[in-house]
Amino acid sequence: MDYFSIMVVDDEVDFLETVVKRLQKRNIDTIGVTSGEDALKKMKEKLFDVVILDIKMPGGMDGIQTLREMRKIQPLVEVILLTGHASVETSIDGMKLGAFDYLLKPVKLEDLMIKIGEAFKKKDAHEQKIRNARIKELIRFPGRVFEKEEGVED
Amino acid sequence: MEDKEQVYHNLQKRILVLTLVVSFAPLIVLGLTMYYQFEKAAWQRTEMQVSYMAQAHAEAVDLFLKERTAILSAMADTHSFEEMADEERLRTIFDIMNQRAGAFVDIGVIDDAGKHRAYVGPYDLRDRNYYEQPWFNEVMSKGIYRSDVFMGFRNLPHFIIAVRRTENRNSWILRATIDPDVLGNIVRSAQVSRSGEAFIINREGVYQTQPRFEGPILAKTDLNTSIFGGRVTVTERKDSGGNSYLCAGSWLNDNKWLLVIKKDPSEMLADLFAVKFFQVSIISIGIIAIILTTIFTTRLAISRLRKADEKTSELNAQLVQADKLAALGKLAAGVAHEINNPLAIILQQSGWMEDLLEDEDFKNSSSYEEFKTAIAKIEHHVDRARKVVHNMLGYARKMEPRLEDVDVNETLNQTITFLENYSRTNEIDIQTDLEDNLPIIASDQAKLQQVFLNLISNAIDAIGHDGTITVKSWQDSGKILVRIEDDGPGMSEENQKKIFDPFFTTKEAGKGTGLGLWVTYNIIDKMGGIIHVKSEEGKGTMFTVEIPIVIPEKK
Repeated sequence: MDYFSIMVVDDEVDFLETVVKRLQKRNIDTIGVTSGEDALKKMKEKLFDVVILDIKMPGGMDGIQTLREMRKIQPLVEVILLTGHASVETSIDGMKLGAFDYLLKPVKLEDLMIKIGEAFKKKDAHEQKIRNARIKELIRFPGRVFEKEEGVED
Repeated sequence: MEDKEQVYHNLQKRILVLTLVVSFAPLIVLGLTMYYQFEKAAWQRTEMQVSYMAQAHAEAVDLFLKERTAILSAMADTHSFEEMADEERLRTIFDIMNQRAGAFVDIGVIDDAGKHRAYVGPYDLRDRNYYEQPWFNEVMSKGIYRSDVFMGFRNLPHFIIAVRRTENRNSWILRATIDPDVLGNIVRSAQVSRSGEAFIINREGVYQTQPRFEGPILAKTDLNTSIFGGRVTVTERKDSGGNSYLCAGSWLNDNKWLLVIKKDPSEMLADLFAVKFFQVSIISIGIIAIILTTIFTTRLAISRLRKADEKTSELNAQLVQADKLAALGKLAAGVAHEINNPLAIILQQSGWMEDLLEDEDFKNSSSYEEFKTAIAKIEHHVDRARKVVHNMLGYARKMEPRLEDVDVNETLNQTITFLENYSRTNEIDIQTDLEDNLPIIASDQAKLQQVFLNLISNAIDAIGHDGTITVKSWQDSGKILVRIEDDGPGMSEENQKKIFDPFFTTKEAGKGTGLGLWVTYNIIDKMGGIIHVKSEEGKGTMFTVEIPIVIPEKK
């Protein structure tokens, strides 16, 4: 698996810490935060490939709000929603906001990693498409200067 | 249920009694009033009849007497004493009188000394002296005299009319005897009907004509003549037997004689009886008609009411069921969330332990395998718990409005094929009775299949071994109905109420989660349909699913 960076957002500290530890043990660059606010702060500091986001977090921003804000900071990040119980409405809301998929707790780490892999592939393909488009543009219009886009590494 | 029966019964009784009383009361009052009015009218009519007859006959008698008096006066006025005293001449006059008027028995001429000077008649009365007779003085003073009926010298009932003629200062009297039978005949013609009575009495109440039934002529009646005043008087009297009769009396012109007509009202009552019979018949027919109609309408109303009540209570039961299940659904969702989070932590912690076990230090531990097994068991049971919770939420998850064209019959057939092996090994025959041409509906086939699968496999489990399951589908008023009926042991009413509750199962421990019908119920509910169960112990169970027909949009 390629190297990529992940952020896990969950208010359950016991869950959060263990998942982070286990992903790190598998050499995945992972950080964990316990609230939507912290997640947004971290996003401004660092680029992430995939975010694992708990939909239901009591107090502060909930998952859907956080997701909406995240999209503004890093439009290309893939988000996997995680929830203790999925209601139709929240799942649909999340998917509409461009979440990659959602998983139900309790989830096995193996399943989570498969989902992360799929999300990363999608993100990679997306980025590749943007790069290809840019190269095509450069071929057609040599000398064109692109503004630096956020969330896209040069 | 029995209480309810009692309520219906009482209600029916009350409506019946009330309607009948309200209907009968005016009918009976009307009948009685009519009868009373008719009786009164009949009585009045009879009274008028009797009164009229009394008057008419009194007039006839008056006329008869007036005629006789007039002819007698005319004879006296037109003949001299000498002429009259000549018996030959008197006989001629008598013959003419009888020819012209009749009813004269004899005639005599009496001088002012009371001596009978001439006489023509069947009795030997010549030379009799009437000077001492009271009537002689009366006729001498008044000029005209009519006697009451009396026996006299001849010893036969008769009465006389006498007129005085004054000739050259001498007075003489022409006197004639009238046959009372002629008078009797006139009076008797008023004897209408079988028991009618008509006669003449004088002021003292002595019969002047022969009555029909009461005593002989010249006997005294018990009638008090003083009650008769004016011209005609009608009174109601009672005879010795207590029967009432009408009595009409009309005084003759000279106020001496009273013509009496009695009429027994029994004949009138015969008329009344016919009316009474007619009236009673009509009222009876009316009453029977009212009773029948009332019973019919009341029964109809009660049966409608009963049906409506049944429908309402069925709806109420469904509402209560839906409410209960909705509340349970919310509870389940809340519980699921609360359980899933700890489960997630347990799973991660055990996963972390598993990760750590892969380190060299632990691999060499003698308990390595034990740890491995323990962790695997934790994971297995977390998974088991997870499945229960996920099943509980099964209906909620993935219930996105995924509408596709669904052929209900095809879905049923697929499900049956799927369960064929299972049913065959248990020697259970699945029979189908699917209505052709059911419309294709917009629904979620997978969910519908899950419903049918749950219901049919439950039926198989209920029968256990050797039995029949009937699957029927039909269309009715905007719905497709599917009925799955088994001839298994059935279930108690108590169990039927709980059948859709989560975690309710009659299966052995570990064999069923008790979530199948709960999920089924919720799927159907989400589709806008209804599921109901009917079961009888020892006979089997019948599930009916009603799915609303939603026509797919044209693509």
